[in-house]
Amino acid sequence: MATATAAQTAQPAAESAPIPNVSKDELIKFYREMLLIRRFEEKAGQLYGMGLIGGFCHLYIGQEAVVVGLEAATEEGDKRVTSYRDHGHMLACGMDARGVMAELTGREGGYSKGKGGSMHMFSKERHFYGGHGIVAAQVPIGAGLAFADKYLGNGRVTFAYFGDGAANQGQVYEAYNMAQLWALPVVFVIENNQYAMGTSVKRSTMSRTYWERGAAYGIAGEEVDGMDVLAVKAAGQRAVEHCRSGAGPYILEVKTYRYRGHSMSDPAKYRTREEVQKMKEERDPIEHVRSMLLTGNHATEDDLKAIDREIKEIVNEAAEFSKESPEPDVSELWTDIVA
Amino acid sequence: MATNILMPALSPTMEEGTLARWLKKEGDAVKSGDILAEIETDKATMEFEAVDEGILGKILVSEGTEGVKVNAPIAVLLAEGEDASAAVPSGGLGSADPEDRANLDQAPVGDIAGTGDSPTTAEKKMADPMAEAPVPATPASLVTQSGNGQWSADRLSDVPEGTATKTMTVREALREAMSEEMRRDETVFLMGEEVGEYQGAYKISQGMLDEFGPRRVIDTPITEHGFAGIGVGAAFGGLRPIVEFMTFNFAMQAMDHLINSAAKTLYMSGGQMGCPIVFRGPNGAAARVAAQHSQDFAAWFMQVPGLRVVMPYSASDAKGLMKTAIRDPNPVIFLENEILYGRSFEVPVMDDFTIPFGKAKVERVGKDVTIVSFGIGMTYALQAAEELGKQGIEAEVINLRSLRPLDLPTVLESVRKTNRCVTVEEGWPQGSVGSYLGSQIMREAFDFLDAPVISLTGKDVPMPYAANLEKLALVTVPEVIDAVKQVTYR
Repeated sequence: MATATAAQTAQPAAESAPIPNVSKDELIKFYREMLLIRRFEEKAGQLYGMGLIGGFCHLYIGQEAVVVGLEAATEEGDKRVTSYRDHGHMLACGMDARGVMAELTGREGGYSKGKGGSMHMFSKERHFYGGHGIVAAQVPIGAGLAFADKYLGNGRVTFAYFGDGAANQGQVYEAYNMAQLWALPVVFVIENNQYAMGTSVKRSTMSRTYWERGAAYGIAGEEVDGMDVLAVKAAGQRAVEHCRSGAGPYILEVKTYRYRGHSMSDPAKYRTREEVQKMKEERDPIEHVRSMLLTGNHATEDDLKAIDREIKEIVNEAAEFSKESPEPDVSELWTDIVA
Repeated sequence: MATNILMPALSPTMEEGTLARWLKKEGDAVKSGDILAEIETDKATMEFEAVDEGILGKILVSEGTEGVKVNAPIAVLLAEGEDASAAVPSGGLGSADPEDRANLDQAPVGDIAGTGDSPTTAEKKMADPMAEAPVPATPASLVTQSGNGQWSADRLSDVPEGTATKTMTVREALREAMSEEMRRDETVFLMGEEVGEYQGAYKISQGMLDEFGPRRVIDTPITEHGFAGIGVGAAFGGLRPIVEFMTFNFAMQAMDHLINSAAKTLYMSGGQMGCPIVFRGPNGAAARVAAQHSQDFAAWFMQVPGLRVVMPYSASDAKGLMKTAIRDPNPVIFLENEILYGRSFEVPVMDDFTIPFGKAKVERVGKDVTIVSFGIGMTYALQAAEELGKQGIEAEVINLRSLRPLDLPTVLESVRKTNRCVTVEEGWPQGSVGSYLGSQIMREAFDFLDAPVISLTGKDVPMPYAANLEKLALVTVPEVIDAVKQVTYR
């Protein structure tokens, strides 16, 4: 894999090198989208530290290539549903950073008017169905969204994201069974970041190739390098094609890594600092794209700096908005209970 | 521009902590993600990462300092080329006193920081639910009885006088309601165990597979947790599922989706996304099926905001409420009863017969005592009222039908007339529907009561198998009669 060092030695005047499976514009788009998630999450961590965000706050830093790669394989109208580690998914599917950040701070301008918080946001417009706080509950819900699409015959595909922790919940396998039985167009995405809260897969799981469990139900799937956004996109395209052809569900086990703790109050004593540092230095998904852009002469340092500035501005603006937006009116306590 | 690095809150409850160790020293370059320091919280020692890039200009709180308040400045971060001396925070170097926070540009809004510590406005309000509750709490304005204790016609019947009726079982009424709604709306479908080819474990869906086909009448594997979740997802995705639990005992496997996924999403999404779904099936004791298959969940579900909870008694209730349930944009818990399935009642013959939620029915008018019940409890209430009538006690019997929303105004109005109340249900006593009714009657009609409200329930035991014990565990007609005599002092 290309490294940052290689990037720095690249000659600006050289010819652009072709990149398989992706255009220069798309690669820049990936860089921008992943960087947005990272900077957004860093800012969220900062606001949490200042007491502006309360309760649980689960950051996505390190896992950016998963959603950015898979979103690149979707079409307008496709659906997604995920767990409580959901900020990255929302940004990647085009939800507004200001609305997400303002929900984190519990303000009126948030996607749920401040009533959902970090773990519970939704956007009908962007086909984002949450934001679910109960581990694995989103898996049958995702199958149900796909059930609706198949029933309506609209050709859409649903991405149901869950972690290696959720992958040990019984309802996942109930959903697998019915999804294959009824050939539902759902991609089950296991974001294997190797730790279920603080318990490593080695300490929690006997069969550690999660995607292979689909074989028990006849569901096709594969393992994907989740730190390589191009590999993720390519796998996403295979999965989507499978689902849209009417062949039923598909499983992607995306091997990834979360740099931060499970939530903000995680002291991270279950893994070494060296382990985290090694992943950051050797496998960082954003650095990977950055280096491809530079070594291939698709972008200059200045180009990327401009993107960095632009992202920083979006994030700062979101943070400002999230501070300035008022708390929900007290009357909101009693609204939206029943339709 | 120099910025203050503030003491972070590293857990939801942290107010102060110990700055255990600095991992960077003054003059060090800092980049985003670098570990700046180790901080001991109330729970653990945490690493504190840098967010912004710069030079660590000045350390304001030395390592080993205890009791450093959240949001106190602990260091100053300089931009490239800046001088540390130019970056003294407005509170003064070394001043980590939280009282100075108001002067700092990055300090949080005071009321936000305080939200976690003291009761918020919202919590204070919730301590007095009746003050703000959307349920009608002023029954006086809703009086439907005339001064001489007569109920308006709509409390006594769901249809105009003279409407033709036909005799039908509860089973047939449920089937007819579902079929009518499936003909009316293509997005309505039925799923559950044995609803299709088997023709329904209790024959509620008999013939429906033939009419609607396997696309809309779907046999599921025996996986309640999974198919309840799929139903919720389908409702999010634009369909109107009817999910049958073979019995509500098995809904316990799916409880998380009923409560956490279905009931709460509208609120959690700020009104963006609701869950139009009906969970239905037999609830409560059947006959001789013992503890795990004999339980009334009415009081459990009735507690949950976001749910609609109904429990029909007659075939007419079953039909009118089921049609309303399928059209309702909210998750509906529809509690049927196996023993009532085969009972026949008169059902209005109308093109589109529906019963609104939250409307009780006065099944029998009386002046001496109010008996409130719902579902199969109504059979005990009505039999007891019949018997009491022979003894010269005129009982008014109210069939609640829906438990959420709950028609308290009708109950209160009746109690204000009779001054006495007995509630009847098969569920357990602690936290029962009757105990809630009793508390509301005490609060809203205290001065009208001539006797304490008696809440009759099933006994506080798991359901026994033995025939004689099972009978004892349920509410009995003699118990209702005795309770009425107690409150009427006869």
